[in-house]
Amino acid sequence: MTMKRTITVTVNGQPHQSEVEPRTLLVHYLRETLDLTGTHIGCDTSQCGACTVLLNGESVKSCTMLAVQADGSEVTTIEGLAPEGSLHPIQEGFWEKHGLQCGFCTPGMIMASHQLLKHNPNPTETEIRKGLEGNICRCTGYQNIVKAVQHAAEQMRTGASEPVSAGD
Amino acid sequence: MGIAALVGSPIKRREDPRLITGQATYIDDIKLVGMLHMAVLRSPYGHARINSIDVEAARKLPGVHAVYTAKDLNGVVGKVPVAAPLPPHITEGMGRRGPLAEGKVRFYGDPVAVVVAEDRYIARDATDLIEVDYEPLPAITDVEKAMQPDAPLLYEEFGTNVGLPIHPPTEDIEKIFADTVANGGVVVKGRLVNQRLAPAAMETRGVVAEFRKVDKSLTVWSSSQIPHLLRNYLAEQMGLPQHQVRVIVPEVGGGFGSKLNIYPEEALAAYAAIKTGRPVKWIEDRSENFAATIHGRGQVNYVEAAADKDGKIQGLKVQVISDLGAYLQFFTDVIAIAFTMPMVSGCYDIPAIYCSCDIVFTNKAPTDAYRGAGRPEATYVAERAIDLVARELKKDPADVRRVNFIKPEQFPHKVATGAVYDTGNYAVALDKALELANYRGLRQEQEQKRAAGKLMGIGISSYVEICGLGPKGSAPFGTYESARVRVEQSGTVMVYTGSSPHGQGEETTFTQLVGDEFGIPAESVIVLHGDTDSTPEGRGTYGSRGTAVGGTAVFNAVQKLKEKMKLVASHMLEASVSDVELEDGKFYVTGSPQKSVTFVEVASTANLSNTLAAGIEPGLEATSFFEPSACTFPFGTHICVVEIDKDTGEAELTKYYAVDDCGRQLNPMIVQGQIHGGIAQGVGQAMFESVVYDDDGQLLTSSFMDYAMPMSFEFPQFELDHTVTPTPINPMGVKGVGEAGTIGSTPAVTAAVADALGVAHVDMPYLPEKLWKVINHS
Repeated sequence: MTMKRTITVTVNGQPHQSEVEPRTLLVHYLRETLDLTGTHIGCDTSQCGACTVLLNGESVKSCTMLAVQADGSEVTTIEGLAPEGSLHPIQEGFWEKHGLQCGFCTPGMIMASHQLLKHNPNPTETEIRKGLEGNICRCTGYQNIVKAVQHAAEQMRTGASEPVSAGD
Repeated sequence: MGIAALVGSPIKRREDPRLITGQATYIDDIKLVGMLHMAVLRSPYGHARINSIDVEAARKLPGVHAVYTAKDLNGVVGKVPVAAPLPPHITEGMGRRGPLAEGKVRFYGDPVAVVVAEDRYIARDATDLIEVDYEPLPAITDVEKAMQPDAPLLYEEFGTNVGLPIHPPTEDIEKIFADTVANGGVVVKGRLVNQRLAPAAMETRGVVAEFRKVDKSLTVWSSSQIPHLLRNYLAEQMGLPQHQVRVIVPEVGGGFGSKLNIYPEEALAAYAAIKTGRPVKWIEDRSENFAATIHGRGQVNYVEAAADKDGKIQGLKVQVISDLGAYLQFFTDVIAIAFTMPMVSGCYDIPAIYCSCDIVFTNKAPTDAYRGAGRPEATYVAERAIDLVARELKKDPADVRRVNFIKPEQFPHKVATGAVYDTGNYAVALDKALELANYRGLRQEQEQKRAAGKLMGIGISSYVEICGLGPKGSAPFGTYESARVRVEQSGTVMVYTGSSPHGQGEETTFTQLVGDEFGIPAESVIVLHGDTDSTPEGRGTYGSRGTAVGGTAVFNAVQKLKEKMKLVASHMLEASVSDVELEDGKFYVTGSPQKSVTFVEVASTANLSNTLAAGIEPGLEATSFFEPSACTFPFGTHICVVEIDKDTGEAELTKYYAVDDCGRQLNPMIVQGQIHGGIAQGVGQAMFESVVYDDDGQLLTSSFMDYAMPMSFEFPQFELDHTVTPTPINPMGVKGVGEAGTIGSTPAVTAAVADALGVAHVDMPYLPEKLWKVINHS
């Protein structure tokens, strides 16, 4: 067995110091060491995007990174996107527009949408479809995902979005 | 109803808050104390003899607890379950297997050994240390070649790869063909390949098994569509009484039929848990999912249609060849026979139909139900036949459909295959779709584009499918659903359903129907599913039966409770029970609505019982089983536009219109979502997807790098509309919608591509290279 390395990672605002095998994937570290199981594994080859998280504010596929590569970084997962008990406008958009069915791709889809809207707050339908090309959904045919992102973009632009209770 | 009705409203899903916040629990999120991890060693060959397996090195790796091969399971674990083994060969054992390969491997991905270890990394490391001495054998992957006498045999003792040949006499159909031609009609022919597809749910399969020694109780968590069937069959396989097996289905990340099954890994994890005394988890990786989870479709169909001058089809001849793969999974042997053969008549009144079928073993993964399960193939046959007739007679394909439709007054209608369609109004759906698409405008646009040298094609597909299994006798295990509904003291209604949703939103739709029946808000209804210890018997969510069968069981249980609550209320109101009515959550005496008791008051009285009238049993709980008397037949018409780049052969789907009729809709938002997703999968088959093996049985599409999943930028907006033709088969008039989009869409895309290229037919998928060759006649 390979020698373990010590890493320090801030995840959803909380600092963690952990011993990991150098071969441990970031997604396995998040899911199995930190018990943050909202980030999913869909493919092992970086195509599906179910494992998308934010690393220092930019989206990455956490199955394509080693945990040791995240040493010293800030990671945001689906669990940390909105304050406890409330929803981020993107989460709200997915709920409002029926942007999910089985929900498995959804956390990754939401994190990828976050990246998209960060760089393009007012995307066209085509830009949304292109922007999400790294994420696969098998259930929705993407139509309502596009609507969800449009809804979120509008909410975020107008700032009209009051925190929505997740318990609604 | 005075208050806003829930049924028919696009209310937001009750499932979503846990799913969008990362708080849902899928199978891989389950962590038990002392849990070990299982990895499976699989065959790297399509067909090979196993001379020996040496597991010693793997066993010695630190962290490894056990390694098992077929030898360990012999006489302990039964064969992988098959719902309906068919004579003559399958009932004799052809295509049956234990959970691990013995003597031979018959497909790439065939499980050979398992390792159980401290973590998944070590388990995987250890599989690399197992040495298997294989002697490669000639493989057979082409289903038609597999039928030939000189083909390599998967099961030598049977002397053939054909599990069951169905070849009815042909004299009658030959006469009809001859007569039609003699009367000036035409005969069209085609060979249609419905290629293999990977269901590719975004969540792969997974199992967690735990065994308690003291009472020999086995708990299995599985990402499954069929918790109760899994419990029943797994119990038999493991030699345990049913009550000692509990199956829990957590959140399921998509199934599409691929989890309507009982796989080797469920028994393997159970066996490992029993032997090691520790909980055992197995999570399939994506390449295993491509290799060892069932594939869909895999049919070759020869079709001939004899039509008169007006385009009316007088006779249809269909030869179905079903590629089973190497072994039988739960429904592998019956998909083509039970779902393709009965449905080849499509929406059409065809006086004579001949259909043969061969189900054939090949050195590939087993096929089984994938969204549509046999009906997409049938619809493809019928729709291609109609389009070939239209082309031959130079008629508009919409007109040829209209000439052949079963008329509304003909329902219920028995087609020549023997299927009895409940209700339908096919012309209305077609007309609505033509209008939605501005069909005439599209044809004009096409003319202009053609004049400018561009390739634009328009495709129409009118489909009818079969949903809502039942009826009685259609499967050996019984095809009912059940529900237990309990009204608690607080007025909260607990609904325990035997159905097992995995993305369909049944928690929401069942809430809607219960809420409206009682006149109470959605928040007062809780829907629970997926645990065989707490939910009543169910048969699972598949075949678009969740609402039509499972929902009806809920509906019927609610009716029983309404009667009981009226009785309780009648004593509270000092009125005759026949005079008590329920509206807006209040029980009142007919004609005097001011004299009423609330739903909550009745619930409280019945549950507290102290003030309950003598002779009334306390509590409010009812169970209902619903076994439909017949199936339902949803239908619709899809129209699409495809443009093809002449220089590159690249096809683009530019417009898509769908008019679907699934009977009454409980939640139109969810219905539309099902159609969107269905269309995407059907279009995916037509344009991108294909499971490919080479001649040696090597799987060439074993990851998302090689298997082309449809992506967001490959679709236009789907424009939807609907008609509503309720069914009399269940009290709510619902038919089912889960598979309609997939069934309706594929033939539309094929028709559009053929239309764009000006050819009779091109086999799917429409990748640029293939279309470029057609364009350039190479």
